[in-house]
Amino acid sequence: MSATEIFRSRTRALTSVPSRFSSLPKQVRWSLVGIFIIALYLAPRWPEVPVLGWIINTPGTSFKSVLTDQIMIYVLMALGLNVVVGLAGLLDLGYVGFYAVGAYTTAIITSEHASLPWLAAIPISVAVAMLAGVILGTPTLRLRGDYLAIVTLGFGEIIRITANSTQWLGGAAGIKKIKGPPKIGPFEFSVIDAKPYWYLGLTVILFVVFLLRRIENSRVGRAWSAVREDEDAAELMGVNTFKFKLWAFAIGAGIGGIAGALYAGKVGFINPDNFQLQLSILFLAAVVLGGTGNMYGAIVGGFLVAWLPERFRNFSDQRYFVFGVALVLVMVFRPQGIIPRRGAAAGITKKEVTDV
Amino acid sequence: MRDWLIYKTFWDLTVSGLVLGLIYSLVALGYTMVYGVLRLINFAHSEIFMVGTFGSLITLTQVLGIPLFTDANQYPYRSGIALLLTLGACLLGAVLLSGAGAVVLERTAYRPLRGAGDIYGATVLAFVTALVASMVFSKSMAINVTIALIATAPIALAYLRIFKRGRQAPRLAFLISAIGASMAIAEAVAIWGPDNRLVYSLPRVLEKKTLFHLFGTPVRIDYVFVAVGALLMMTALLLFVNKTRLGRGIRAVAQDVETARILGVNVNHVILVTFLLGGCMAGGAAMMFTIMYDQTRFNIGFLLGVKSFTAAVLGGIGNVKGALLGGIVLGLAENYGSSIFGGQWKDVIAFVVLLVVLMFRPTGILGESLGKARV
Repeated sequence: MSATEIFRSRTRALTSVPSRFSSLPKQVRWSLVGIFIIALYLAPRWPEVPVLGWIINTPGTSFKSVLTDQIMIYVLMALGLNVVVGLAGLLDLGYVGFYAVGAYTTAIITSEHASLPWLAAIPISVAVAMLAGVILGTPTLRLRGDYLAIVTLGFGEIIRITANSTQWLGGAAGIKKIKGPPKIGPFEFSVIDAKPYWYLGLTVILFVVFLLRRIENSRVGRAWSAVREDEDAAELMGVNTFKFKLWAFAIGAGIGGIAGALYAGKVGFINPDNFQLQLSILFLAAVVLGGTGNMYGAIVGGFLVAWLPERFRNFSDQRYFVFGVALVLVMVFRPQGIIPRRGAAAGITKKEVTDV
Repeated sequence: MRDWLIYKTFWDLTVSGLVLGLIYSLVALGYTMVYGVLRLINFAHSEIFMVGTFGSLITLTQVLGIPLFTDANQYPYRSGIALLLTLGACLLGAVLLSGAGAVVLERTAYRPLRGAGDIYGATVLAFVTALVASMVFSKSMAINVTIALIATAPIALAYLRIFKRGRQAPRLAFLISAIGASMAIAEAVAIWGPDNRLVYSLPRVLEKKTLFHLFGTPVRIDYVFVAVGALLMMTALLLFVNKTRLGRGIRAVAQDVETARILGVNVNHVILVTFLLGGCMAGGAAMMFTIMYDQTRFNIGFLLGVKSFTAAVLGGIGNVKGALLGGIVLGLAENYGSSIFGGQWKDVIAFVVLLVVLMFRPTGILGESLGKARV
């Protein structure tokens, strides 16, 4: 039984990491977290580290721009989508729509129709994206499961096509000359150096993680998991399920909006092709790959989905084939994702038992 | 004069909308049946359709050896018996490839997730794993395939042992596995097809003559062919599901898996048959699609798949008649809508119709039902 046994013990070791970590003394824990965060801020220099550099290196593109253009965005999007899919259990296949709303809001108010500074555009973009979440959520959140999935998918497409065929939104040509972040202290955000964007992006990611941790352990977070596990039971126990589902949608959309604003500010030029339906699917893949309902899983998933295709760019044409096969293999052998949610790993969720 | 123009356009739009809708319906059947028995959005079904179009292409150009143009630079039209035989072979090729594709897909990407993985699935997965691993190190396909073939057996045995754990995966895992499989299939065609990512043209064997006029609108022979073919296939499917023993099995599993299992239905077999049937329908749709449009491409399935799934939901998912109705409603709505608002809004109209219908009838026009007493 060697192969199976080894596989089992390996996976068990991986799932017990969080509990082992939380049993460490507080000082040790905090300093480990601190070291880890510093290491993350140094990420643009990772390719220069001996062994790690060989693994992480992305042939064909500079690792720095992969960090800012892909990894940063995917991690944020995975975090946001995880709120909707993982925490509240609502399958959203059109999440790219909120990303587009965020990016387009920034583009419109800094370049196309007004010239506000980028910093002012951020809160407006988030607010507009959240509003879009509420507008989409109000009529659709009464639908369940897969009906919601196809409706959200439609929503994502509607946003993209509307942007594509409305001249006011730049049409198919898109919007140019979007303002980027201003100079903050020693960091100048220019086309030449991607590093400041990474510092900014990572700070936003850490802030979102902090925020989500607080929400997850609050009354709202508990309501979400109640809705996810059994909506009818939650409703009977007095949870206003509709309200909390709408909150999940709005918060998820808001995070998507931040990602969109960051992206628009970084690249300075957007067009509807940046917001294809396939992106929604990749974001969902990131969440499930990492471990649905686990924030850290979503981060790992987002990183992998963004980084893997770039890592294997030297077989340029075949990388999405490899990626597709990898998705199937991970799901076949680790259906709960790479870092499963606690409780999910033990197989105690009700859905698992009753589903076909 | 102007009124007459609108009148004419209306019937034009109706005819082409109906034909498009019937193709949606045929593909939607695959989604709806799999959803009925597994509660799974079979995302890779669109690629099964795509594979079918290539089955049609291969039959015409490779097996029958029909050139794109004759020496006299004419379309290689066939007529009479030759035409019937050609179309029959074409249909057979598409259905075979799509059906086989659906079966392999079920065995490889879904069955292991149900905790019932078997040697066939393990073998395919092992081969693909070995192939991908080998592709990381070598660019030569000959070497890669050889290595993959050698490594398949040991890896398959290892996989089989892991399959023995036999646990049911959560629903989202199925969806991601489906998405992965869909990507892998489309990309495999894009990478290893002779023309890679370009558009493939098919020889036009059916001369697209106008057969008759409907309210002044010419109805082409290929439209009639698609309509008759699609309706025949759907009738056959309905008869199969309602009248045969296996069809009863499908309905039983759709209604209640556990009870069906207790009463002696071989659930895994029923699921396989369901996939096979869905695949065959997609194959039929693919063949008709190629006859109408004379071309195909590796990514042709994606948008059509999304639309067909929309059609399935619109009609009431899990409901075979709903798929027919949903497809037709969607095809017509798209055609009318794009003539009123402009072609670029075509897809928006499809989704808005879906949204409006779901707001008033949350389970589609005819409601969910594969499981209920009759289909």
